[in-house]
Amino acid sequence: MAKYLLLKHYRRGGPEWVPGTDVPMDQWSPEEITEHIDYMRRFADKLTESGEFVGEGALSPEGTFVRYDGEGRPPVTDGPFAETKDLIAGWMIIDVESQERAYEAAAELSAAPGKGGRPIYEWLEVRPFLGEDLTISE
Amino acid sequence: MDHDAVNDQMRTLAPQVLGVLVRRGADFATAEDAVQEALIEAVRHWPDDPPDDPKAWLLRVAGRKLIDAQRSEATRRRREERVHDEPPPGPTEQSDDTLLLLSRCCHPALSPASAIALTLRAVGGLTTAQIARAFLVPEATMAQRISRAKRTISGQRFDRPGDARAVLHVLYLIFNEGFTGEISLADEAIRLTRQLAASAPSAPAGPGRPDGADPEISGLLALMLLHHARRAARYTASGELVPLDEQDRSRWDTAMIREGVEVLQDALAQDRLGQYQVQAAIAALHDDAPTAGETDWPQILEWYDELAGLTDNPVVALNRAVAVGQVDGPRAGLAALAEIDPGLSRWDAVAAHLHERADDAAAAIDHYTAAADRATSSAERTHLIKQAARLRAAR
Repeated sequence: MAKYLLLKHYRRGGPEWVPGTDVPMDQWSPEEITEHIDYMRRFADKLTESGEFVGEGALSPEGTFVRYDGEGRPPVTDGPFAETKDLIAGWMIIDVESQERAYEAAAELSAAPGKGGRPIYEWLEVRPFLGEDLTISE
Repeated sequence: MDHDAVNDQMRTLAPQVLGVLVRRGADFATAEDAVQEALIEAVRHWPDDPPDDPKAWLLRVAGRKLIDAQRSEATRRRREERVHDEPPPGPTEQSDDTLLLLSRCCHPALSPASAIALTLRAVGGLTTAQIARAFLVPEATMAQRISRAKRTISGQRFDRPGDARAVLHVLYLIFNEGFTGEISLADEAIRLTRQLAASAPSAPAGPGRPDGADPEISGLLALMLLHHARRAARYTASGELVPLDEQDRSRWDTAMIREGVEVLQDALAQDRLGQYQVQAAIAALHDDAPTAGETDWPQILEWYDELAGLTDNPVVALNRAVAVGQVDGPRAGLAALAEIDPGLSRWDAVAAHLHERADDAAAAIDHYTAAADRATSSAERTHLIKQAARLRAAR
């Protein structure tokens, strides 16, 4: 088994979207939003039942850059940056048998219903975790 | 009786009790649940009121749970008059149920991950929470993985051990998981393989087992011992990987090496070679060298040639190229490497090592850097980056 991070990006950056699917959520009907959220919850439940769910979380779109600024000085902050090319909206970690299975799960997540109940065809970034070191290698 | 003692005793007895129930004809999945429930009762009662015969106690309680389960199942199906009796009487002598249970848990219909989880719970006697923590997944996820596995194999009567090879593969995978958190899966794999080796002589003969025990069981046990003996020297205090040729050999566990070599010699004496015996032989040759420079590479290369004929695992070819490099020089090693698919994840790491030995630092740096990007563990990645950094600093 290997763990994969499925990253949801806000709709900036990343590959080009399927035409007609790029409608921001605030332009959906309340029912469409509920249906979308339900789909996500069922998806996580299904992964728990298949023994593949590890965790998930959503992130606020606004973040701040923070760094060290020398001994005894307070941290420096910068931002937020509204026009950042790449923003992560949320993540899910799954533990699956193969890369193929990770892609299959990501595709299912990407088919969540959006405007008009149609799949949103969302691009998800799939990143494998570095695992534990194998004991036998020689 | 203190808590740890209760725990140890339960972990030893749980598979024995499960073995008795399964041998008497109980459904494996139902019996496994019954044993788990009996263990929960044991945790409650034993510390204050230890039983005279813990095994008989567990067997009695698990038997009762099994009847309860059958009753409620029967009620659910409105078949009141169905067999509520105890499982049919059968042999209670079960010193050798290990293979029976393990081959159930490692059924070919199960994915490796399911087989591993079920093995650790049903035979290893670990709780679902412990297994979940060892694999860094939530307990609910692991519980589902185990119950799905049980559903997959349930319903079939099962009173004969299956093929030991599927079991050995699962034990090998558990061992290779190494150590995460509170449970050392390597220790667990060794414990289970020991148990299997101890029970194996009475296993029935079959294909590949003309006179009973499969020498590959001992081969795998030897392989595990010969690797595990080096565990103290494999990482620095900060968790960095120490390659074999730089390990402090005084930290190797010589008693464990001795045992591994003895187990291996017994297996080889049966003259039925298999891949675990060959891998163990290679590990033994490394363990046997007082310094890295004294390693008997020509013999290791011979074993790799043998291994290449026994398995089509492409990693064997990579390791063989390293051995060729040691025996016939790095240029010969690189020539052997050129025959191998560069798509393999450790290909660049081997190329880097051989180029470095051929005094081609520039190529070695490139390959170490590429290898770091393809590493599958953080310890390996850090190690490879450091190799590139070391060569750059020396230029």
